[in-house]
Amino acid sequence: MINAGDTAWVLISSALVLLMTPGLAFFYGGMVRRKNVLSVLMQCFIIMCVLSIQWVLIGYSLSFHPGEGFWGGFGWFGLNGVGLEPYTDYAGTVPHQAFMIFQAMFAIITPALIIGAFAERMKFSAFLIFTLLWTTFVYDPLCHWIWGMGGWLRNVGALDFAGGTVVHINAGIAALITAIILGKRTNLEKNVPAPHNMPFVVLGTGLLWFGWFGFNAGSALAANGLAVNAFVVTNTAAAAAGLSWALIEWIRNGKPTILGVCSGAVAGLVAITPAAGFVGVISAIIIGLLVSVICFIAVAVIKPLFGYDDSLDAFGVHCVGGIWGALATGLFASKLVNSAGANGVFFGNPKQFLIQLLAVGVTIAYTGAVTFIIYKLVDIFIGVRVDDKSEAIGLDLTQHRERAYTVLE
Amino acid sequence: MKKIEAVIRVEKSEEVTEALETLGCPGMMITHIEGHGRQKGIVEQFRGREYKVNFLPKIKIEIIVKDSQVDKIISAIAKIARTGEIGDGKIFVSTIEDAMRIRTGERGDVAV
Repeated sequence: MINAGDTAWVLISSALVLLMTPGLAFFYGGMVRRKNVLSVLMQCFIIMCVLSIQWVLIGYSLSFHPGEGFWGGFGWFGLNGVGLEPYTDYAGTVPHQAFMIFQAMFAIITPALIIGAFAERMKFSAFLIFTLLWTTFVYDPLCHWIWGMGGWLRNVGALDFAGGTVVHINAGIAALITAIILGKRTNLEKNVPAPHNMPFVVLGTGLLWFGWFGFNAGSALAANGLAVNAFVVTNTAAAAAGLSWALIEWIRNGKPTILGVCSGAVAGLVAITPAAGFVGVISAIIIGLLVSVICFIAVAVIKPLFGYDDSLDAFGVHCVGGIWGALATGLFASKLVNSAGANGVFFGNPKQFLIQLLAVGVTIAYTGAVTFIIYKLVDIFIGVRVDDKSEAIGLDLTQHRERAYTVLE
Repeated sequence: MKKIEAVIRVEKSEEVTEALETLGCPGMMITHIEGHGRQKGIVEQFRGREYKVNFLPKIKIEIIVKDSQVDKIISAIAKIARTGEIGDGKIFVSTIEDAMRIRTGERGDVAV
């Protein structure tokens, strides 16, 4: 039975999640140099175009068609059989296509997150092919395993409310792999590029925080108490994490920064994503406060130590924050919040932690390996990295023949 | 006292300023400019129509130095900024009559 309130909420949530991708574009775009800002905005926007089509043609079918195999198969090719009646295995009170378009927005933002790792040095053509292949052979199968009917990690009992594993760990580990094999930007040792437009970063963070209510509270797939719980803990964790990142900077570096608050808020949103439907508000504060500590160590200590150039910390925030969120779900999940979920370690069920660990491990291994293969294939055929001269001039002019800013009118 | 004005490629600015610092240049002024010499513009596009941009972004570095330092500095700039293609830029040298350090009122070479 279609419920009007639920359907309205899922549609609004879909629009909210879509807005996160332009939000991410500004979040990332502000952090690159002025000669590359359009390339980042372009990559985010073209993903919205390409993957919207991929999703209705094959992506939704591969991810969500029921089946116990590697992926869901082509049974719902071109949305054949995905109609306007509810498909009760996924969402009993909204039209099947509403669930489909909500999920489309997740498939769009996930590869967009990886952009942060290879920003400022990847060929646009290679980026397009890489993204399409990555979504089809990494995102779609993994999404099926965790969320699809018959998916094996779903059957094992892994909890991932809104995509901590499917979206954030997945994109984050792909980010690390691409950053390592693509190599550093030139001249990086001498001159770490400063963000060219910090207000863009703040604008993008605001849009991400706003859109994330759709991401997490929308994942209840109904306008009900569970959605409200997800909404409240999402806001709480983001707030706690933004605050704690600022405090860490204040204590360690002497001054808190707006980039720090933004990074912390995003890390908090990442960490609460898998847990949003399973934990209460005190757990959300703990998850938020600690994620900034963990991510700060990842980006300020571990990254310089190993020397990979994850330009905008897609790995350091999304993968590391996502792993913390997935494991924290295994610690703090409570059936008092969601009777359809499970209890975590602190509520008497240590086994849940091991299941969460399994899902994280599988994601890292599978995504890491297949991302590497896809990257190498694209590199062999067309080359992934721009030449040194194009990198020096900037991707806006060399890849798109456009410039963001001029000196003259 | 001489003023060196070097108009160079944007992508060479980091390398050049770094080299000037290692040469012990006391200070420098950097401006983002647009202009053209023999290299005439670049092609950009706007909704499918290509158009030529007559002015290209360049970096102008201005340095005031003692007469004896001029050769060392302009040859360092030229060595780094050169790619061999049209558009590498130009260096202009002119004479400066006087200078004053505002804080102390010092004049001439010591003020530079």
